[in-house]
Amino acid sequence: MRILVIEDDLEAAAYVTKGLRESGHVVDHAADGEEGLSLALAGNFDMLIVDRMLPKRDGLSLVKTLREQGATTPVLFLSALGEVDDRVKGLRAGGDDYLTKPFAFVELLARIEVLVRRAAPEQVQTKIQVSDLEIDLLGRKVTRNGQAIDLQPREFRLLEYLMKHTGQVVTRTMLLENVWEYHFDPQTNVIDVHMSRLRGKIDKNFETPLIHTIRGAGYSLRAAG
Amino acid sequence: MVRGILYVQQAKLLKTSTFRLAIIYLALFVTSVITLLGYIYWTTAGNLNRQTVEAVNTEMRDLAQRYRSGGLPLLVHTVIQRSRDPRQSLYLVMDNRGNVLAGNLLDIPQSRPTQEGWKDFTYIRLNMEGQERRPGIGREQRLPGNFYLLVGRDVKDVRQIETLITSSLAWAVALTIGLGLIGGLIMSRNMLARLDDINKTSREIMGGDLSRRIPVSGTGDELDQLAENLNNMLEQIEALMIGMRQVTDNIAHDLRSPLNRLRNRVEVTLISENSTTQDYREALERTISEADYLLATFNALLSIARAEAGNSRESMEWINLSDLVETAGELYEPLIEEQGGVLSLSVENNLRLFANRELLSQAILNTLDNAIKHGAPGEGGDAKIALSAIRVDATITIKISDGGQGIPIEERSHVMERFVRLEASRNAPGTGLGLSLVAAATRLHGGTVELGDNEPGLTVSLILPAPRD
Repeated sequence: MRILVIEDDLEAAAYVTKGLRESGHVVDHAADGEEGLSLALAGNFDMLIVDRMLPKRDGLSLVKTLREQGATTPVLFLSALGEVDDRVKGLRAGGDDYLTKPFAFVELLARIEVLVRRAAPEQVQTKIQVSDLEIDLLGRKVTRNGQAIDLQPREFRLLEYLMKHTGQVVTRTMLLENVWEYHFDPQTNVIDVHMSRLRGKIDKNFETPLIHTIRGAGYSLRAAG
Repeated sequence: MVRGILYVQQAKLLKTSTFRLAIIYLALFVTSVITLLGYIYWTTAGNLNRQTVEAVNTEMRDLAQRYRSGGLPLLVHTVIQRSRDPRQSLYLVMDNRGNVLAGNLLDIPQSRPTQEGWKDFTYIRLNMEGQERRPGIGREQRLPGNFYLLVGRDVKDVRQIETLITSSLAWAVALTIGLGLIGGLIMSRNMLARLDDINKTSREIMGGDLSRRIPVSGTGDELDQLAENLNNMLEQIEALMIGMRQVTDNIAHDLRSPLNRLRNRVEVTLISENSTTQDYREALERTISEADYLLATFNALLSIARAEAGNSRESMEWINLSDLVETAGELYEPLIEEQGGVLSLSVENNLRLFANRELLSQAILNTLDNAIKHGAPGEGGDAKIALSAIRVDATITIKISDGGQGIPIEERSHVMERFVRLEASRNAPGTGLGLSLVAAATRLHGGTVELGDNEPGLTVSLILPAPRD
């Protein structure tokens, strides 16, 4: 994937660029808003990572201009401004996701995966199937190997999110944001308990587990193999 | 030197607003006093003059009438008769050659007459001591046949009374101005002294002595109220300053020790000759978890600061509080059950509140977190945690109670301060900021936090003002 990192802090940029290259991406870097905008408009990128506070042209205006020019490239904001208001501003300006500094690299990687995948035209899904697990989003039913599985409403939303991102790494923060709509981390890692409950219902009585723990990152739902 | 100070003080006095006010007041006062005295003058001295004029006019008409009916002889006869009266009336009748025919004046007064023939003059009166010059006022008229007639009045007494009235009125004005000026000076000097106290205290406070307070005179007037308000403000500032100093100290302590640990670990691993790759990996992993802990502390501090700064009010909206509390309970329920506890949830339906969703959620989650940590069976509790939200009249109470060992009464007010961790839980994980955030978030919503006894265990109640329907 071709990713453009627009970030004026060179050390932070080097950290992100290096990490992304090691993960197999092709990465370009721009150190200010103007350079970033012209690169983004000229180059054919799959994804933009934009710092909010940039010299010459700030991140918000960069993305706004980009959207006005009709570019639909997914944008992930990276910012030290982490209040809910800032997040809302970022998303309104045309950003697709918002990550507060400091962040764990796995978190960034996981979000990039999700964003790029989302950029592909999404057909309205009413049923998702992974291996022998099936979720019916309209009927709100879950079956595995033909057996009905009874889930609490929140467990259903958790599974729905995991299945919509099948094969991708989903971090705890992403789950908190998308399933519970909390933009802060509770003091105790409550997500793990919810996941182990869900596993108890989805995986426990079956031979091949579908939910996998990704050490230091989060979870991933995928078929065996 | 003394004169210099006096001069400076006087110059300052002239510049004070109280003095200017006193002057304005004085001007208004003097104007009204003068109007009043003018009216008094008009009704007393003025009236005397008008009476004289009226009497002269009447007599003049009368004499002219007599002249018309009885000719010169009747006029002369009447005038001679009347002149004998030792009254204040003055008469003069002359023919066109200047011969005095009758009257008690010796000659035509020399002063210039007004258009209506009025004259102010002095005349000579003969009495036992000899001659006396007296003031008079009269009106002259030419009668048909070219005779001259003057009717007048002696005005010495009237003039004396008039002078008396005028001078006493002038003195009254002078006294009013004088007394008003002195009063204004005293008043402004008095005010100035009290304002000086306030200014002096303010300067001392600006100089760094925050414990100073402005003296209150005890009369309860506006200046006292001002002083009291300023004192209350100072009280708050001082409390905030002390709070800030404590926080800074606590931050220094709570962030410095983990930072120090982090640094030591990295350093030891780095300088040790026989560190293996495994050691390096382990040190780095622990460094990351230490950094995460620091970030959590830092974020908690930021959340508290945000709640206390009050600008989170901007992101307030109408929320369904029942949903919010239920979601929070639901998030923690599996964790409580995993630890062998039970969560009983009782939330009234459709509670609405104008609130900051994030901060309020965070406050409830923090309290639940505390309940789990301190109400666990291992600590002697039965791990029964109850979360409820009810509305009674004008308050909504969100209550979280556990079955742990509770908090002794004397330590209850203490635990909501930042970084306070009771000795019993010094070594449990946590930033020590949980309850402070709860307190700050509740305050932001205009409510209070109450800690109570659940016998055994702790009850934390967030008491929030309910919206008016």
